[in-house]
Amino acid sequence: MEMPWSALPVLVAFVASPFLLSIINRTKAFFGGRKGRPLLQPYHDIAKLLKKGAVYSRTATPVFRFGPIVGLAAVCCALALTPMGGPGSMVSFEGDVILFAYLFALMRFAAVLAALDTGSSFEGMGASREVQFSALTEVAFLLGISAMAGLTHKISLSGMLGIPVASDGPSGVTVRTLVAAAFFIVLLAENSRIPVDDPETHLELTMIHEVMVLDHGGVDLGLIEFAGCLKLWIMSAVFLGTVLPVRFGNPLGDTALIAAGIGGIAVLIGIVESTMARLRLLVVPQLLVGAGIMSLLGLIVVLG
Amino acid sequence: MVLSSMFLFLASLFILAAGAALSLIPVSGKGGGHGSILAAAGSGLAAFSAILSLFGGGWDRSWPWSIPMGSIHIGMDGLSAFFVVPIAAISSLAAVYGRGYLKEEGDGRRASGSWFFYNILILSMLLVVCARSGLLFLVAWELMSLSSFFLVMFHREKEEVVRAGLTYLVATHLGTALLLVMFLLLDRGGMEFSRFGLEGGSAAVVFVLAVAGFGTKAGLIPMHVWLPEAHPAAPSHVSAVMSGVMIKTGIYGILRVLTFLGPPLPWWGWLLLLTGAVSGILGVLFALAQHDLKRLLAYHSVENIGIITLGLGSGILGLSFGSTAIAVLGLGGGLLHVVNHAVFKSLLFMGAGSVAHAAGTLKIDRMGGLLRRMPMTGGTFLAGSAAISGLPPLNGFVSEFLIFCAGFTAVVSRGPLLPAGAVAIASLALIGGLASACFTKAFGIIFLGEPRTQRVSGSRESSKAMVVPMVILAGLCMVLGLAAPWLFPFLAPALSALLPEGFAVELPGWAAESLQGVAGLGGVLIFLVLVLVLFRAFLLKGRGVRRSDTWGCGYLAPNPRMQYTASSYAWPTVNMFRMFLRPVRVVEDPEGFLPASAALKSHTPDVFLEGFYVPLFLWVRRAASLLRWMHQGQTHYYVLYIALTALVFLAWRLW
Repeated sequence: MEMPWSALPVLVAFVASPFLLSIINRTKAFFGGRKGRPLLQPYHDIAKLLKKGAVYSRTATPVFRFGPIVGLAAVCCALALTPMGGPGSMVSFEGDVILFAYLFALMRFAAVLAALDTGSSFEGMGASREVQFSALTEVAFLLGISAMAGLTHKISLSGMLGIPVASDGPSGVTVRTLVAAAFFIVLLAENSRIPVDDPETHLELTMIHEVMVLDHGGVDLGLIEFAGCLKLWIMSAVFLGTVLPVRFGNPLGDTALIAAGIGGIAVLIGIVESTMARLRLLVVPQLLVGAGIMSLLGLIVVLG
Repeated sequence: MVLSSMFLFLASLFILAAGAALSLIPVSGKGGGHGSILAAAGSGLAAFSAILSLFGGGWDRSWPWSIPMGSIHIGMDGLSAFFVVPIAAISSLAAVYGRGYLKEEGDGRRASGSWFFYNILILSMLLVVCARSGLLFLVAWELMSLSSFFLVMFHREKEEVVRAGLTYLVATHLGTALLLVMFLLLDRGGMEFSRFGLEGGSAAVVFVLAVAGFGTKAGLIPMHVWLPEAHPAAPSHVSAVMSGVMIKTGIYGILRVLTFLGPPLPWWGWLLLLTGAVSGILGVLFALAQHDLKRLLAYHSVENIGIITLGLGSGILGLSFGSTAIAVLGLGGGLLHVVNHAVFKSLLFMGAGSVAHAAGTLKIDRMGGLLRRMPMTGGTFLAGSAAISGLPPLNGFVSEFLIFCAGFTAVVSRGPLLPAGAVAIASLALIGGLASACFTKAFGIIFLGEPRTQRVSGSRESSKAMVVPMVILAGLCMVLGLAAPWLFPFLAPALSALLPEGFAVELPGWAAESLQGVAGLGGVLIFLVLVLVLFRAFLLKGRGVRRSDTWGCGYLAPNPRMQYTASSYAWPTVNMFRMFLRPVRVVEDPEGFLPASAALKSHTPDVFLEGFYVPLFLWVRRAASLLRWMHQGQTHYYVLYIALTALVFLAWRLW
């Protein structure tokens, strides 16, 4: 793979990922009969945050300031591993899926410590929920990935998500459906979306991700928001690779198609958020374990 | 090179023996005299000799012995050398740390005695992994158990320390009893390792005995109950050595016995894989539920021994199904995790000791805000926490990555090993997530936020002797993570001792590339962090950067006791797994319109201890009380018993 083309998906992700928030917002506005925000609002928000100064808690240590930075650096590394159809990914090696999963774990570790660093009980509460749920999503994700590995005989993200569907064999559709269902739940949970978390709630006691970043402001919050957009983009790309592995061979066409597909997933998220309420916190683990079981079923089908 | 390796090794044994002897001379000063210096020097030399042997080849030497059964036979092959390196290196650093640590514990006399046992402990650990005859092995094994028992009993005036020490003593001897039977089964004359060899049914018995006997020392569930008792009771440098390296002699034992037994059967691999998965998952769950920092770390040792065993189990399954890739990845990952765990766990125990001295407590819920008061201890503890959670680019990730790769290779093969791969992947994923939860709790509540008690807010950084070893170990966590592609030559000699002839001792080509990718991306990650730090500094230049209070929803009088506690942080996860953990909560609800008091107490006892061992030993005590009439406490009765026993033996011999 030539370097210039493989850099294309990374560039597209950098430019287009905040737009996903606009798509979700417009979808929800459509269901709610509202007009919605201007399409470029997320870009304005991030730009405005990057122009601000900073206020740090007296309790906070350097750990607090490293949180957003480590998070963004980790998500950028994960982006380099993410394939988008034809161009593949910028970096690819066998077993990169494991690094991919653990880069998100690193991002979470940094965010949780930054939250605990403020000494706020709200943020402690959010962090506690975050680590509880993520332990379950990680299992669902890695089991789903191993089902895909078994199906495609590849253990790199580019290998398993770029193969044409035709080479799957008879169990392909079943496995892909099961894994895609699991990945969609993982996608919603990891990006703090309804039904697991609500990014637009205004009560600290009910938040998960939002309450963890309560004390971040200005440049730091801008970095967190941007990292969140990239994470949503990356997880959508992986989900899309599972249900719709396309490879035109034409890098431009592939990238455009995948970008459009990711936009479609944003619409889907918007529909989910418009049509259902949040689950009670006590029920969320059941949903996540359910995702894990679907991944496991996928793996069993591969074996059978 | 081989000769010099042997010479240096013997010299190091001599130095350690001299250190032990010197420690017996009472000294007046604190810290305990020169025993610690000789311990550090002797073990450092042993580490060097093992590295020489890893590259220069092994050696083997025996001396005649007047005791029946065998000779003093020691040797250093790839497997021994691989275990000597971490054992000796960690013992050396812990000796430096312990010198500073014991100075603050006062009482030079007692410290001096403890250095006697410390030297003996290192000496016996080195002998255990280098012994080549059964009797020498058992003597060294027993010496190791006894010396560590006396080290645990440092604060013998405390009741809980005595109880912990006795638990350990009983557990380790039950393990040794199994090993004794195992060696008798293996013996083909002279108790020489070179003549050991078994096939068929008795090989299976020996394997099970090895897993149970050595597993007791290693801390595999359900034989782990002594770990969470002994580690909190021992002084911290001793916990660092015991948890970091001594329990690894159990892993060494299992591996060494495997080399006697010929081609492994699939169910051996399955046994190790499942024991490892159960130990890993339950270990981290129990860790999460603990309120005492050293108890938490002790359960993490159970977890990491689980990960190691998981790797070895997949490797052995690979061996028995003839898959070189799975065998090399699984065994290699397990072995590498032995070293990695030695590095970060000893670092974390040293950090715990440093915190205990500064804050005067090990109760996580009493602490807080220690990072600003002890930046070096805090910073190194953070490195250790990230490493033990398996996060890139640190060393814990590399070994877990190899075991994951073994699992994925099994899944991709779609053969009979697919379920094994799935078990490995799922349990490693769960362990990873829960370990992150546990160490964000430990680091976050202890070092971040505000101090929860007056005593803790006056904490100061520890002495240089304690800080320097921690900094070195934290640096090693980083170096071993980024040097992943170049570590394999260190593993190869140990692997070639484990793999039968005809197996190629090399990483599959793709895995070597993957390790380069992991290390490369780790470097990129660090680079990006630096770039972003500069980027933010550039953006914030000339803008207002203020300090203010943490957002408290507008509440005007927040106090440190309102912070989230470690118990509440872990509760949702603990509660989710209450089926296995059986946490106990005693709630005293506020009552009436003007409640005067309310209370909540929670703790999580070890279900295996409470549910199995305590009833078992109560039963044993009842059974033993039937023989109480024999014990009158009068000397002439006992002389009679001895005489009768001797008579019975005489009659038996004459028969």
